[in-house]
Amino acid sequence: MTLSPEEWQAVALSLKVAFWATLFSLPFAVFVAYALARWTFPGRQLLNGLVHLPLILPPVVTGYLLLLTFSPRAPVGAFLGELGIVFAFRWTGAALAAAIMAFPLMVRAIRLSLESVDMRLEQASATLGASPFWVFATVTLPLTLPGILAGGILAFAKAMGEFGATITFVSNIPGETQTLPTAIYAFLQVPGGESSALRLVILSVIVSMGALVASEILSRRITRRMEGA
Amino acid sequence: MTLSVSMKQQLGHLALDLAFEAPVGITVLFGRSGSGKTTIVNTVAGLLTPETGRICVQDRVLLDTKSGENLPPHKRRLGYIFQEGRLFPHLNVRQNLTYGRWMAKAPADRSEFDRIVEMLGIGELLERRPATLSGGEKQRVGIGRALLANPSLILADEPLASLDEERKQEILPFFERLRDEVSIPILYVSHSAAEVARLATTVVALDNGKVARQGPAVEVLGDPMVTPTGARAAGALIEAVVVMHHADGLTELEVGGVRLLLPRVSAEPGSRLRVRIPAQEVILSRQAPTGLSALNILPGTVETIRGGDGPGALVSVKTPAGSILARVTRRSTAALNLQVGGTVHAIVKTLAIAPEDVGR
Repeated sequence: MTLSPEEWQAVALSLKVAFWATLFSLPFAVFVAYALARWTFPGRQLLNGLVHLPLILPPVVTGYLLLLTFSPRAPVGAFLGELGIVFAFRWTGAALAAAIMAFPLMVRAIRLSLESVDMRLEQASATLGASPFWVFATVTLPLTLPGILAGGILAFAKAMGEFGATITFVSNIPGETQTLPTAIYAFLQVPGGESSALRLVILSVIVSMGALVASEILSRRITRRMEGA
Repeated sequence: MTLSVSMKQQLGHLALDLAFEAPVGITVLFGRSGSGKTTIVNTVAGLLTPETGRICVQDRVLLDTKSGENLPPHKRRLGYIFQEGRLFPHLNVRQNLTYGRWMAKAPADRSEFDRIVEMLGIGELLERRPATLSGGEKQRVGIGRALLANPSLILADEPLASLDEERKQEILPFFERLRDEVSIPILYVSHSAAEVARLATTVVALDNGKVARQGPAVEVLGDPMVTPTGARAAGALIEAVVVMHHADGLTELEVGGVRLLLPRVSAEPGSRLRVRIPAQEVILSRQAPTGLSALNILPGTVETIRGGDGPGALVSVKTPAGSILARVTRRSTAALNLQVGGTVHAIVKTLAIAPEDVGR
């Protein structure tokens, strides 16, 4: 199976978009998950709702809201443009859309894992002289690792497949914002494009399965380590 | 070094209002389940803050609600030995042991590490993960981890409660060594009379959120008025010296000019032993008994008689060997016409003293 340069471009761009979307949202997701799991503060439910919103809203709506916010004519977009950060109709915009759509999945996985951490181990760590930062870094975070990993992989897969918000926010520009799903859509719109579309479909299945297998292997290895093998 | 604690805290129906001191050695907080023992230890650790209170180790103030001082746990320099071990599952035994030193950013003290690993016999386990250890092994690593944190105070919350009888006997000697070798206060929570008798230098008996009595173990355990876990579990403590081992499997001890015979104990002649004499197993007689199979007959005078609402009474008898508690029926105290100051003989069957009643 050989791919045309255009098809390669879509695959490479998708991987790039998903990679950066996952990497950048991970620290935020850990922070938000920790806040939701451990802290009580006014507006906690509001934050919870806000994080989950992209999961419930039609993706087109999320994409349109992003466009309203980050278009160069909007205040936020204009301000960021002054700083040299442009999202609208750029691959960075595709990454932002993917990150936002994947964020709830990531937060959920990490939060679940955080809630299963035995807080008595954190107490033990504190009595041994660890400050709250070190308790988090040496006990909480390592014990949450399986959830962080699962959340990351899930988010990566979601980011690879994001369609609605991406096409609404950054359109479908080959080489700039045309990711795997939008490319498949574009190929299906033109006569004779089915074979290209099919190749990309097979590729997306392979990438998704690969991600799933990788996460399974990693999480098994972590579990085995904790169980002491 | 002495730990002083005073605190007030409402816990549901239980009003904790107490003050005690824990000198060097093992101070056992002794009371039944639900008497607030764990709350007290967690307060000393800084995991809980009482409504009012003051806690200090010698001159170092850990908590003073009056001045608003409240050191967080990680600044209190503790070694906390938990009931369930609480080893870090993602670290191996060696990393668990060095965790405290690492957190204190103290240089690794190789000889100290080797000494403690050797004492606890955990050298073989260093590269293993906690999940592969047995209950007794986990608890030994937990003790090592607490000791290696270079603490100014050791806390132990029922460290033997989750172990079976055999494992308990495996761990108890380590606490005896700790008591004799470490020069810091050890606050130890227990509801087991046998554990208290073997380990305690000082006993703080808790009853209904208050300190019922505190003092040297021999005094508190020999007081019939103080039975934090019920009269059934009462028993006095005697400190005796090993005289010799007999060929028929008995060990002869001496205390205050009186000889005691016990089932064989592995201890050098001349060494000191602590023997718990369960009040349940002591018989009283007005006359010096003759033609009796029991080997230990201690003459003495009645110090205190404590009768309750039930059929039983606790009688303390002052003998040359020390105070001995006897749990007899109230009917017997009447039939024998026991009076405070009257002479009486306390009879203890040799085989009634179990191996777990004898410690260093």
